[in-house]
Amino acid sequence: MNKSVLLGTLAFAGLAAAGASAATLDDVKARGTLNCGVTTGVPGFAEPDANGVWQGFDVAVCRAVAAAVLGDPEAVTFVPTTGKTRFTALASGEIDMLARNTTWTFSRDTDLKFDFTGVNYYDGQGFMVPAALGVSSATELDGATVCIQTGTTTELNLADYFRVNNMSYEPVPIETGAEAVQQYLAGACDVYTTDRSALAAQRAGFETPSDHVILPEVVSKEPLGPLVRHGDSEWADIVRWTLNALIAAEEYGVTQANVEELGSAPGDNPEINRMLGTEGELGAMVGLEAGAFKNAIAAVGNYGEVFDQNIGESTAIGLARGLNAQYTDGGLIYSPPFR
Amino acid sequence: MTTAADPPRAEGFRIGQLINDTRYRSYTFQFIALVALIFGFSWLAYNASQNEQLQANGFSYDFLFAPAGYDINQQPIPYTSQDTHLRATVIGAINTIIVAVLACVTATIFGVIAGVLRLSNNWIISKLMAIYVEMFRNIPVLIWIIIIFTVAANTFPPISEFRLPNDGSDPDRALLFGMFAATNQGVFVPRLVFEDLGWVVALTFLASIAGVFAWRAHARNKLYSEGKIVPVLWPALAILLVPTIVVYFVLGMPITVENPAMGRFRFEGGFLLRPSLIALWFALSIYTGAFIAENVRAGILAISRGQTEAAAALGLRPGRIMSLVVLPQALRVIIPPLISQYLNITKNTSLAIAVGYMDLTGTLGGITLNQTGRALECILLLMLFYLTFSLAISAVMNVYNNSVKLKER
Repeated sequence: MNKSVLLGTLAFAGLAAAGASAATLDDVKARGTLNCGVTTGVPGFAEPDANGVWQGFDVAVCRAVAAAVLGDPEAVTFVPTTGKTRFTALASGEIDMLARNTTWTFSRDTDLKFDFTGVNYYDGQGFMVPAALGVSSATELDGATVCIQTGTTTELNLADYFRVNNMSYEPVPIETGAEAVQQYLAGACDVYTTDRSALAAQRAGFETPSDHVILPEVVSKEPLGPLVRHGDSEWADIVRWTLNALIAAEEYGVTQANVEELGSAPGDNPEINRMLGTEGELGAMVGLEAGAFKNAIAAVGNYGEVFDQNIGESTAIGLARGLNAQYTDGGLIYSPPFR
Repeated sequence: MTTAADPPRAEGFRIGQLINDTRYRSYTFQFIALVALIFGFSWLAYNASQNEQLQANGFSYDFLFAPAGYDINQQPIPYTSQDTHLRATVIGAINTIIVAVLACVTATIFGVIAGVLRLSNNWIISKLMAIYVEMFRNIPVLIWIIIIFTVAANTFPPISEFRLPNDGSDPDRALLFGMFAATNQGVFVPRLVFEDLGWVVALTFLASIAGVFAWRAHARNKLYSEGKIVPVLWPALAILLVPTIVVYFVLGMPITVENPAMGRFRFEGGFLLRPSLIALWFALSIYTGAFIAENVRAGILAISRGQTEAAAALGLRPGRIMSLVVLPQALRVIIPPLISQYLNITKNTSLAIAVGYMDLTGTLGGITLNQTGRALECILLLMLFYLTFSLAISAVMNVYNNSVKLKER
């Protein structure tokens, strides 16, 4: 009898393991919270505030999806991941989506079996050096010691950049961005390299930010965006169109302040009506309620508001919109139509 | 007569005997355990084979032959970012062996010294050693690695103080003897450069080391067979150094020393001991040294006091009692736990990633795994490497253990 209990337990465990990755949307609804992978802490992008509440540009994407799916932007369990653990966490189903300054690359999209659902920040890799070093261009860095966060595309870009320019360097691989900054500030490396947005964010937290310069060279394209597992297109659609809703909301002038008013009754603009669910059945098409995207915008604001609150020029991080302006303002941020 | 009682029982086998009969019971339980084990492992294998990602990607080691694309700082063999993942893996494996061997040697030295001194009659020395042992073996080694790394990065002078200022004045700090520089980017030391005939000098030196061992064996033979004490220290030093020096000058000094010299950012030339290596090496040494000290103490205490007293009665001085009577007998108690300490060091080197030392876990289990996404393949290969290292160390140490253990004739 004991033996049959054992067999039964094993068989059940096998079934449970096999069924873990069927429909993410159902899992999230049943669980009541969204498991969202974020960084271990990059100011402005994802970091717990003084009260332990996660805040930031990437965090807003998680909250928007939670608001759209569950109607509650607080129903998110944030899972901090390092550059090394993030893909395993997503592939294994530990998290439902990853919003973690992750670069959209060919091999990640295809070979690693993930789906990128859009770009929420167009970035590029740069270098930061102490001003006292007297370096004004990355081409002068031959022989320098460089701190890198290991397991990221920056590691590969760095190798390529120095090789192509016939320069040598001493890599100092480090597990997390925070440790890398500590080492850089202690002088254990002359240069710190990562995405320029993160460099600006880290520098804002230094005691005297003006002692450090970000060199003008941008050595790579780093389109950062949220991603989900391959093979669950319904869930990918939800994440993709939630992000698009935030972007389109800025384009059409829908803000956190006026979204309730605009969403209460059909207005003049049919595109806004469809997006906010007062016209058509776009919500139902992705398996959500009609006002799903309205909830998302109400929870975090439109793309421009999210940008300005977390990393914009009025914040300590002080990033300009640049490539991340709406296409109507000369940037690359563009949402396909809600139709 | 009792013929009617106890008729011979029918020797039929009943199923209940499997549990109730002591003759069969152990087989029954072993069989059940075996089936459960086989079932457990096949379930794991089945579960892995049903993994969606694995099904999509297949199980393949082809990625090992693709370009790695990342750089490694400590390169025992030449490597560029265009070399394969396999070469990066091999470099990681060599780096693991380097730090494991270094740490095993220094941990043994620390351990033997601390273990012997803890038994000292001098109260201060024995208490100091007790504090060392209790403090280091009761704090996790990862914490020690990070502490030493952080302390090194913040207490060694910044390398910027060695740089030549733009106005042509002298730098704030100069090299020690023009050869050494301890900076927060590592310790720069001179490097030996071998010219054409340099290897002859190196060979002579290796032969001299063999000569020293031969002299020691000779001295021991003399002592055991004729009871004569042959001096060891000075002749050994002479055997070690004189031929090498003679050959060096006869061949016209074919080995030169390359000193580190300041470049734009850091010292060029010379040899760099990176902070990550120093921190890992030192932390593993003092941590494991504390355990070895206790092994050594236990080994010495295991030798009956009568042995020491008998040796003293024969007129041996304390130093000779230790080296000729106590330690040789203590070794057979010390060696077996020492083997497991060596294995611990080897496995603990995998904490290297905490300070960015590019060992096997850092290359194959870290960057390669992360860039290729081949988790199962990389981890299996990683397990195979560590298993091989550990079994090899075990095998070598067991040979040594057999040579020192009590010979029963």
